[in-house]
Amino acid sequence: MSTVADIVVKVRSKNAGPFWLTVDIFCGTAEAFQQVTQSLSTDRVAAAFQADVATIKRFDIDMLNVVKFSLPRPVIQGDIADRDMHGAGWAPLIAELSLN
Amino acid sequence: MTKILIPSGALGLGYDAEALARGVALKPDLIAIDGGSTDSGPSYLGRGVSKYARESTKSEWAGMMRAAHEAGCPLVIGTAGTCGTDSMVDWLLDITREVLAEDNRTAKIATLKSSQDPAVIAQTPITPLSGAPSVSAETIKSCENIVALAGAEQIMAALNTGADIVIAGRTTDTAIIAALPLQNGDHTGGAWHGAKIGECGALCATNPQSGVITIDFDADGFTVTPLADGAFATPHTVSAHMLYENSDPFILYEPGGHLDVTAATYTALDDRSVRVTGSVWHPSDTYTVKLEGARIAGFQTISIVTIRDAHYVRNVQAWCDDILAKHAAKVRDRAADIAFTCELRIIGQDSTLGPLETRQSTLTEVGVMAIITADSQKDANTIAKLLNPYLLHHPLTKGEEQPTFAFPFSPAEIDRGAAYAFTLHHTMTLSDPMQAFRLEVHT
Repeated sequence: MSTVADIVVKVRSKNAGPFWLTVDIFCGTAEAFQQVTQSLSTDRVAAAFQADVATIKRFDIDMLNVVKFSLPRPVIQGDIADRDMHGAGWAPLIAELSLN
Repeated sequence: MTKILIPSGALGLGYDAEALARGVALKPDLIAIDGGSTDSGPSYLGRGVSKYARESTKSEWAGMMRAAHEAGCPLVIGTAGTCGTDSMVDWLLDITREVLAEDNRTAKIATLKSSQDPAVIAQTPITPLSGAPSVSAETIKSCENIVALAGAEQIMAALNTGADIVIAGRTTDTAIIAALPLQNGDHTGGAWHGAKIGECGALCATNPQSGVITIDFDADGFTVTPLADGAFATPHTVSAHMLYENSDPFILYEPGGHLDVTAATYTALDDRSVRVTGSVWHPSDTYTVKLEGARIAGFQTISIVTIRDAHYVRNVQAWCDDILAKHAAKVRDRAADIAFTCELRIIGQDSTLGPLETRQSTLTEVGVMAIITADSQKDANTIAKLLNPYLLHHPLTKGEEQPTFAFPFSPAEIDRGAAYAFTLHHTMTLSDPMQAFRLEVHT
């Protein structure tokens, strides 16, 4: 079974300030964009982050063939329990999801 | 019409000197550079210090000062010294004077200070933004530093002093770029949108490390042009920059209103430049500024041990769990009055994602990083010393010969100093934009 990473150009996660995380999926082509938007429900993304689906903002941007998710940071940046100051390490959680 | 030259995404990141010289030849109206970000964590704001070495800052700042002098235009920096506290404005003012003395010239310098008194903020009505932690007045008062993010209005006030150089404390990333086009009467939505596209320098183009770009603002929108060899802006690279470190790629909140780029159109002028129109600015009824604060969350000592024995690598989680239980019991017995937390983070297993990790693989070796947090450095160090015998020799089974694990350092305990926490993600309303900020002119 193929994963998101297999068909897209890049998955990037970054801080959007200390309290939010944003994940950009650069699909590259309209076909890959179609496949990602159909396969990757907001529920699946929420489950990967163990987050409440209601807190997730989703943007399907066909002009750029990008799917973007933003959510409150799983741990506030720099807190004692934070493991990743710049938030880039969360991208594989989405990149490694299987495509239905 | 306003032409702004942006040397790079941040002072300290480096820039292409040849491209900057090319930009100077284009006769910009202003050179703008961002000096900071929260992206490297709360420690810089907590301590009121810069992330970058003074040597890097001075070297790059001197290059920009000379470029602005040659172009005959003002030079503006926002969020001086990573965090934009008053201490960092003074730090950069000192560096600026040093460079001027070395160049044997003088300049008119305006400083804009953004630090806030925590005791005053604790008594001020503030509004939490989405995702903000809950904070008590006590917590706010305990902040080491609080800054307010200045907008375009305060930068305009600084420019209107006739300063050659503006050193601003914490500002929004966009304010230093948007201020002059707004003052010149260029398109309002275009001014803010162009500022957002330009705030990371050439990150909105190919060859993002090259840094230098110009943005030309006019009555309908703006045009972005990267200046380094091999750097090109395309409608895709420019519009995709709205995604970068932004929770919403279409809406951007600023002091005094918000930008909406939903209807913006991006057109390639040639293979290098992109023109953008159709961005809309919505002014707000009240003038609000965002606050950032950092407080000390504790003091930390860390210790790192690596494990190569295959049996221990396979059973590292059980080894760690056992150590934590035994260590807790020993602290209860020998240092019961010390409050602490101790985490053993297994590097090679789940140290990046923690409980969210989904993958497992067979490892050659693992690292175990002990992170101890207590109310003082002395306490944290004591708790780490109580842990050390276990990290060094703890056996998985009773009968076996005593094992010994690999420590890269002596002493094994590394005192990390204070650990800071971001405490504010709030706004406060001002009756006048200058109310929370202090502008001073130095000649």
